[in-house]
Amino acid sequence: MAASGSDTVSVVERTRPIVIDGGIVAAHFLGHTAAFVLGEEAIVLAPSDGKPRRVAAHDGAILDTVADGRRVVTAGDDGKIVATDGEGASKVLASDPKHRWIDHVALGPDGLVAWSAGKTAYVQAKDLRAFEAPSTVGGLAFFPKGLRLAIAHYNGATLWFPNAAGAAPEKLEWKGSHLGATVSPDDGRFLVTTMQEPMLHGWRLVDRQHMRMSGYAARVTSLSWSVGGHWLASAGASQLVLWPFQSKDGPMGKTPRLLTPSGHRIDVVACHPRTDVVAAGYDNGLVLLARIEDGAEILAKKPGEAPITALAWSGDGRLLAWGTESGEAGIVNLG
Amino acid sequence: MSEQSSSEKIPVTVLTGYLGAGKTTLLNRILSEPHGKKYAVIVNEFGEIGIDNDLVVGADEEVFEMNNGCICCTVRGDLVRILDGLMRRKGKFDAIIVETTGLADPAPVAQTFFIDENVGRKTRLDAVVTVADAKWLNERLKDAPEAKNQIAFADVILINKTDLVSPDELSDVEARIRGINPYAKLHRTQRAKVPLDAVLGRNAFDLDRILDLEPDFLGGDDHDHHHHHEHDHGHDHGHAHAHAHGGLKHYHDEEMQSIALHIDKPLDPDKFFPWVQDLVQKEGPNILRCKGILAFKDDDQRFVFQGVHMILDGDHQRPWQAGEKRDSRIVFIGRNLPGKMITEGFEGCIAK
Repeated sequence: MAASGSDTVSVVERTRPIVIDGGIVAAHFLGHTAAFVLGEEAIVLAPSDGKPRRVAAHDGAILDTVADGRRVVTAGDDGKIVATDGEGASKVLASDPKHRWIDHVALGPDGLVAWSAGKTAYVQAKDLRAFEAPSTVGGLAFFPKGLRLAIAHYNGATLWFPNAAGAAPEKLEWKGSHLGATVSPDDGRFLVTTMQEPMLHGWRLVDRQHMRMSGYAARVTSLSWSVGGHWLASAGASQLVLWPFQSKDGPMGKTPRLLTPSGHRIDVVACHPRTDVVAAGYDNGLVLLARIEDGAEILAKKPGEAPITALAWSGDGRLLAWGTESGEAGIVNLG
Repeated sequence: MSEQSSSEKIPVTVLTGYLGAGKTTLLNRILSEPHGKKYAVIVNEFGEIGIDNDLVVGADEEVFEMNNGCICCTVRGDLVRILDGLMRRKGKFDAIIVETTGLADPAPVAQTFFIDENVGRKTRLDAVVTVADAKWLNERLKDAPEAKNQIAFADVILINKTDLVSPDELSDVEARIRGINPYAKLHRTQRAKVPLDAVLGRNAFDLDRILDLEPDFLGGDDHDHHHHHEHDHGHDHGHAHAHAHGGLKHYHDEEMQSIALHIDKPLDPDKFFPWVQDLVQKEGPNILRCKGILAFKDDDQRFVFQGVHMILDGDHQRPWQAGEKRDSRIVFIGRNLPGKMITEGFEGCIAK
């Protein structure tokens, strides 16, 4: 494997290790403070100039998490949606009256929050709006302006306008179980879902053309858009799979770009916020940075005991946080 | 790396049984006995569980077809979601129990563990336990295909409410069950009273535990006796004609049967695998479960496999031991199985 060769550039020595008690499921940055979200109960905030500290968030498992640079919003099996800021102040945004699991959460512009419990999706705007999906909600994604919410479910997805009382939800059909959703940034022209099968499905929304994106080894659990939405990076294979979205046709009729071939599966991907570089986290604990243009690789973390479960870039792209299933974590300072 | 050995995976027991058979009684018994273990319980939305437990999760039995054109490739979508959530609470429980509704087909639950890699990586299917009503099962086998599926699919069957039937009626219902599924472990119970180790920790889907494929004719009662008994192994023809044992009656179910085949000559793997793949592709919807122990030509290892509908799972298990008879046995349980075709196909796999 190329990454283990002695000629691979390494930034491993620029890592600040963070000791965390508990498995990590996601990471985010709030300014230069890294936020490691644990599988249950808490978030660990690691400021660039201070000691890490644990902030309680839920009474139970944390099922989903998103962030917008100012706060981390988590969904728990305690029925709560909690926002935590970089100073460690937390606030319960909503509670399910029946204490149902909050399976998914999404953030839109202007602090807009959506979540789902079972088959019901909610948006909290001026008041609380609810939408009954035909089956359990698999994933949520706001469109760039926040007026529409994409809801993935069995046999397709629904586009819901939570604030337009008269507007009928738009149904997008494709057989199978859709478990996650993402909308192309800036233009909102494409919706891509992750499926129960090891594949993605996409719709070009203007004419509802289908895009089948297959060839993965495992169910795809991580997607990330490159700067400007030019590429969609995806986990789920032993190579970094990048689908081209530069043109108005998206990846239709095109093959993906494949980088960083290795004998291990990529579980997490995170695109750099400013340049065409992707961080890929492997199931053997390896983290590689790959340049999209030519596939040049930089070693960011050597293989270890546990799979990588979390990757995040700071907004300026100078810091990369990684975390593993067993609670190892680090922040790589790329200057 | 991420693949955990089966002993580290959290075992999942699936409880099935037709409406009113005593599933909830068994579940409450499991949870209330002083066993010192913590279970997470996934109950169906109609469940009436009477135990306060943090880890009781409601499910709504969403059966999702896979988008691969195969109608029997289904998963329980809610299980994919709930098991992923439960796995985030690591170390908080020892096992997971999934209660299904009385009308549920156990196959999508079982297939979820084979199809969804994220589920299969951290949890393992332990056994399908079916609770049957001694008084009403015979009626249900006539009018409810779900009840028959649950019997055919089971690894462990509790014949419950035995106090409500006569000894004759009891042996009759046992014979009906055996006519469908001679391989499940049988227990006679009242108010679902059974030792917990008879239903939990069975490792019934563990390839390493496929040791023999002998029918379990005597089974146990509440005490799980391990009778040793003599019976003929000659099931090498296409039907489940049972042999006489201890005065039990024998039934041949018109629709659901088991086929057990035995070949004492080495098999050719290049013939066997294409054959069995093709068989489950064509007959998968009718084959509920299959299992096999195989002796391949020039291969010093026992090969074992199991399957649910079209999904097959197999591996080398261990070396054949000195003095051990190197023969091959396969078992199919299913609906309207083409016995002659399967028998001839299997015999066609003998190495030249």
